[in-house]
Amino acid sequence: MTKSELIARLAEKNPHLYQRDVERIVTTIFDEIAGALARGDRVELRGFGAFSVKGRDARQGRNPRTGAQVAVQSKVVPFFKTGKQLRERLNADDGE
Amino acid sequence: MSENTITRAQLSEAVYQEVGLSRNESADLLEAVLGEISTALARGEAVKISSFGSFAVRSKGQRVGRNPKTGEEVPILPRRVLVFRPSQLLKKRINDGTVAKAAKG
Repeated sequence: MTKSELIARLAEKNPHLYQRDVERIVTTIFDEIAGALARGDRVELRGFGAFSVKGRDARQGRNPRTGAQVAVQSKVVPFFKTGKQLRERLNADDGE
Repeated sequence: MSENTITRAQLSEAVYQEVGLSRNESADLLEAVLGEISTALARGEAVKISSFGSFAVRSKGQRVGRNPKTGEEVPILPRRVLVFRPSQLLKKRINDGTVAKAAKG
């Protein structure tokens, strides 16, 4: 499912809303999550999962093509931990 | 860095501010978004949100684990797990620590 398919499904189930509004809703949600992560905040959505950022130390990397050493700067990466309820749903239908 | 935790309350408030639905309906729509994504994932479908990232379901085979407290070997049954891959844009935005307005959309 892509973002536009998600918007289409939501629009179908909410015929009283303009598709344009559904689009803004979806965009706003992910934009807020991204903004929070950019501030270093955590986003916790019970039952769904939690987004956070983790630090990565600077390291010596290698260009895989040439083998040349390159310095990789320290950085932060986004991280998602699946919520308990969603994790259980993923495994619900296959008889454990 | 701050280290606040954002929850449904702040996200639905943002939807309320941005779209002009009632607070109640904003909260309902946030729930609907998470619900649609969860349902697709539970079906084993990958969910790709452009400029944010993608969620994919991966199947793991059985393996032997260990109870870290007792050291006892226990089988870990085959399971499905969710992996999130952030988009390049999200990674960039987080490292810049600023809103990458130019790359929006």
